[in-house]
Amino acid sequence: MTIPMVRARGVRKHFGHLEVLKGIDLEVRQGEVVVVLGPSGSGKSTFLRCVNHLETIDGGSIHVDGELIGFEASGGRVRHLRRREITRQRREIGMVFQQFNLFPHFTVVQNVIEAPVGVRGEPRGQARERAHALLRRVGLEEKADAYPRQLSGGQQQRVAIARALAMRPKLMLFDEPTSALDPELVGEVLAVMKGLAEDGLTMIVVTHEVGFAREVADRVVFMDDGVVVESGAPADVLDRPASPRTKAFLSRVL
Amino acid sequence: MSLPDVDVAGAARTRHPLRWVASIVLLVLAAQLVSLLVTNPNFQWDVVGRYVNAQIIGQGIFTTLLLTVIAMAVGVVLGVLLAVGRLSENPVARAACGLYVWFFRGTPVLVQLVLWYNLSYLLPEISFGIPFGPEFVSADTNVLITPLLAAILGLGLNEGAYMAEIIRGGLMSVDHGQTEAASALGIGGARTFRRIVLPQAMRFIIPPTGSQVISMLKATSLVSVIALADLLYTVQSIYNRTFQTIPLLIVACVWYLVITSILYVGQSFIERHYARGATRNAPQSFWSFLTFRRRPTPEVPS
Repeated sequence: MTIPMVRARGVRKHFGHLEVLKGIDLEVRQGEVVVVLGPSGSGKSTFLRCVNHLETIDGGSIHVDGELIGFEASGGRVRHLRRREITRQRREIGMVFQQFNLFPHFTVVQNVIEAPVGVRGEPRGQARERAHALLRRVGLEEKADAYPRQLSGGQQQRVAIARALAMRPKLMLFDEPTSALDPELVGEVLAVMKGLAEDGLTMIVVTHEVGFAREVADRVVFMDDGVVVESGAPADVLDRPASPRTKAFLSRVL
Repeated sequence: MSLPDVDVAGAARTRHPLRWVASIVLLVLAAQLVSLLVTNPNFQWDVVGRYVNAQIIGQGIFTTLLLTVIAMAVGVVLGVLLAVGRLSENPVARAACGLYVWFFRGTPVLVQLVLWYNLSYLLPEISFGIPFGPEFVSADTNVLITPLLAAILGLGLNEGAYMAEIIRGGLMSVDHGQTEAASALGIGGARTFRRIVLPQAMRFIIPPTGSQVISMLKATSLVSVIALADLLYTVQSIYNRTFQTIPLLIVACVWYLVITSILYVGQSFIERHYARGATRNAPQSFWSFLTFRRRPTPEVPS
């Protein structure tokens, strides 16, 4: 049996007295696209941020490709990893943010090559070539020398996707990638994501786009109030939800 | 009821009689000032003309500039360290850096200068070693602390406190999403600071730093009290001999103004450099600035 790309077991997280994650179990197989749906405040974004240790979990465990994230377990003892080791783990996991978070003082191509050149030591010329190929893939090759603020939101988000892909991640995390976009720009970003899914990239997507979930997801996970309420094939969860909470949510967003 | 048919194209402009009054008053005052400058023989313009290019004044200017550059450099390096310390997660570092800023901003720089100059009364010998333990090196303070070093310490350490606050403000103005994006890409802390956060903070750090440089240039005149031959001390030592006080002070003012004007122009170029990507307009180039060309039209996102 192959190990799953992501295995979360009993993940707990609280901010002060507020318990945001109350024991999340989730497995994502290699090449699988999992869409996480749920009302705001359900903990879905927090869970995603735990997968690359932007948030430190308070209990349970997360493995990515067999490696325990953020901690080290040996001889029955568990210790926090050092920042350098966490940084190394994050290089294998790409992330796309709701607010894009492109580096505004770098051009588009500089944004894409910054991490490969800076932390992987890839030769600049080779990184530029790959960057242009990635930008072509997201349909923005002609914008390579523009600054992010000269681009529309949808274009910025596509650059952010290219930037994450430049590190050749095993896993991509999308944190509400279209929530900050004008409605007419949502489609271009979803189209790029759909292409990545078809190419077999393992993806966890937190979104409100039920249409995307139905069309692209291998599995839909519905979260509410810090727990996974249900999980299954898109058709099952979206059309025949077992839980009244899922039903109530879907009736609001559809 | 029908509305009247009006075309505002030929409308008469509003009159501003008070603006005329104010302008006339200011022009009269300016004329009086010019007449004072020309007719009052106590300005001794011939003396100003004789000294403004004098070699000894040049040496004073050199010392003033040298001191400004070194003290500013000390201040900036110290400021970065203190700002990082004040934003660090280590409570001891935070408190220590806060205490430093509190002390050096809370006491006059003139007092600090005199204090460094007279350090030998407090510590006749300066030594490095283990506290309460053995000493490794030691030196006579009077030999070690020259007027120049006292001036650099006094001005630089003081400047560090101000720069720390400016830099801290700049660093805090950078969106947290930037560090998060860098973390998610696996970029380490030091590189994130150097490549991502600091360059963006520069946009907020440069303008107040420019005024700090100009303040520093003027503050160097304080070192005349510890007998360091800067611009002010040089003119003082001349007029103490010749009693041409006013013309020599004018010489000093002229040079301070010349240098601050140059600094002002330099600052606007640096600001433009760090405005890269901050607006949709491309930054104006050096050449187009020189030739007074209009800024290029903004590129509209497609």
